[in-house]
Amino acid sequence: MRQGKYPFILGFLVAPVGLYLVFVIWPYLQTIGYSFTDWSGQTQTFDFVGLDNYTRLFGDEVFHNALRNNLQFLVFVPVLTILLALFFAFMLNVGGRGGGGVQPVRGAGLYRIVFFFPQVLSIAILAILFQAVYRSDGAGLLNGILIAVGLGDPASPVEWLNSPDLVRWCLIMVLVWSGVGFYMVLFSAAMQSIPRDVFEAALLDGASRTQTFFRVTLPLLWDTVQTAWVFLAILAMDAFLLVSTLTPGQYGGGPDHNSEVLATYLMRNFNVFGQAGYACAIGVVMLVLTLLISVITLRATRRDRIEF
Amino acid sequence: MALSTRETAEGGPAQPAPRRSPDGPRRTRGEQPEAPGLNVFSHGFLALWALMIVFPLVWIVLGAFKTDREIGASAWSVPSNWALDAFQRGWEKGVGDYLLNTVIVMAFSIPLTMLLGAMAAYVLARYEFPGNRFVYYFFVAGAMFPVFLALVPLYFMVDRLGMLNTYQGLILVYIAYSLPFTVFFLHSFFRTLPTAVHEAAVIDGASHTRIFFQIMLPMAKPGLLSVGIFNILGQWNQYILPLTLMQQQTGTDPDRSVLAQGLVSIMQQQGYAGDLPALYAGMTIAMLPVLVVYLSFQRQVQSGLTAATLK
Repeated sequence: MRQGKYPFILGFLVAPVGLYLVFVIWPYLQTIGYSFTDWSGQTQTFDFVGLDNYTRLFGDEVFHNALRNNLQFLVFVPVLTILLALFFAFMLNVGGRGGGGVQPVRGAGLYRIVFFFPQVLSIAILAILFQAVYRSDGAGLLNGILIAVGLGDPASPVEWLNSPDLVRWCLIMVLVWSGVGFYMVLFSAAMQSIPRDVFEAALLDGASRTQTFFRVTLPLLWDTVQTAWVFLAILAMDAFLLVSTLTPGQYGGGPDHNSEVLATYLMRNFNVFGQAGYACAIGVVMLVLTLLISVITLRATRRDRIEF
Repeated sequence: MALSTRETAEGGPAQPAPRRSPDGPRRTRGEQPEAPGLNVFSHGFLALWALMIVFPLVWIVLGAFKTDREIGASAWSVPSNWALDAFQRGWEKGVGDYLLNTVIVMAFSIPLTMLLGAMAAYVLARYEFPGNRFVYYFFVAGAMFPVFLALVPLYFMVDRLGMLNTYQGLILVYIAYSLPFTVFFLHSFFRTLPTAVHEAAVIDGASHTRIFFQIMLPMAKPGLLSVGIFNILGQWNQYILPLTLMQQQTGTDPDRSVLAQGLVSIMQQQGYAGDLPALYAGMTIAMLPVLVVYLSFQRQVQSGLTAATLK
């Protein structure tokens, strides 16, 4: 048993670790290095400028804007997605009552199939779809609906993605729309692993659906909710494709930086402004933020694990 | 939330809920009535959300049959002519090639991701050696970082290897970026597998490699399935890596865009003046295989995706 253990371990690790080092870790480290330089990205010459890029970020209005927008995404995307997903999962699994027990609602399987579907769609498809949904004239789906029910004015349709106030909510809704199904299935599976007796005991004790949800279901699902939060936060941090394809401006971010996120500002600095060093500094800020969120989520919400 | 309340007015909770449940094993008592008020409430919201998902998709697929003028006239226009020529134009605009490129890349990147990820996860989960925790956290940390952070140096790295706009370059990068999550998932999965089988195999004199391929891998099938599906979705949806790495290097360099990237470039080339039906047709073509695979394997997709997370 002992002999051959280390060669075996080494043999199994060398390829994955090697690939990972070359294509993931080394570029990450280089980014951190470049963030202290004035590298333009076009040539291979650059000077070390210390913390200049970071001090510049402090005074950069667009960067502040992007940071604020990212924070809005970071709060609302996970909150809305998790709330809706929990609600639907609960409805599906224990929504049907009567017949002397707790049971899934009718058609639960079909709902599950439909709700989950956006998750398997490429984000490019989402971009094309929602560009049509949010079209700024009466031919857009959302405007068409508003006009059809008499809430919209055909002469001045809502310019969803061109409106400084609406644009961020439009993007948040796309992320929520596509994410709810996945997390619903996730929570739903977690709920199914809770013994049915627990729910039936709650039912016998006269607990209402709301009480069952907050006192029984949610505590037992806490670990899963936590995981979901971290994934969603990472997703919200990187809304690049949606923002860059749906909103006005080169690499999106419009109107007037109202939907700017760190990722789009980073790409513009790198590819348009020729400020790769500065772009790398933004990248480092994103990295620090992501790490902070993960650590805070996992620490602050830690609870005792409930075994059943 | 504004969106969903508005659509309440439109969709209405009165949509008949789907009646047949494909997996209603609990309903052994037959058609006993549920409490009516609660029933309407839960079905109302569930049906509304289902409508919010299905309706826009059906609507945009319909767009592939309309003409540009019909699309621009009103959201509620009906195609006057159910011809498939928009699909042909979409295919010729490159959708066919993009699809092929995606399939070629993923035919290699998915199996290799699974193999390398499983190897690393297995060794880290089942063998004690100095540096084990370090390597594990080293992998897990990678799952936390946004890809953007590495993009700029990654471009130059792949360039230096001479692999820009090549399949092998993208395959290697896909594997590298899928590894953190794969290792993280499979690590916890391998830990939950019983040790008794492993010990028995050791006593029987099986080598480490043989134990891995013939005993542990088959036992880890549910975990492999779930990560496999996760990776297929992830790599299928990947946009920013191919956008950076799969640009034509010279005029004669073939266009090796993958599907997501290609569709977005078609979309950006046209704006309102372009050929929207062809774009929607291309989108439908891209969506169909996913829909078929998803509907055929939806149970595996869902149970697979969630099983390992809950471990």
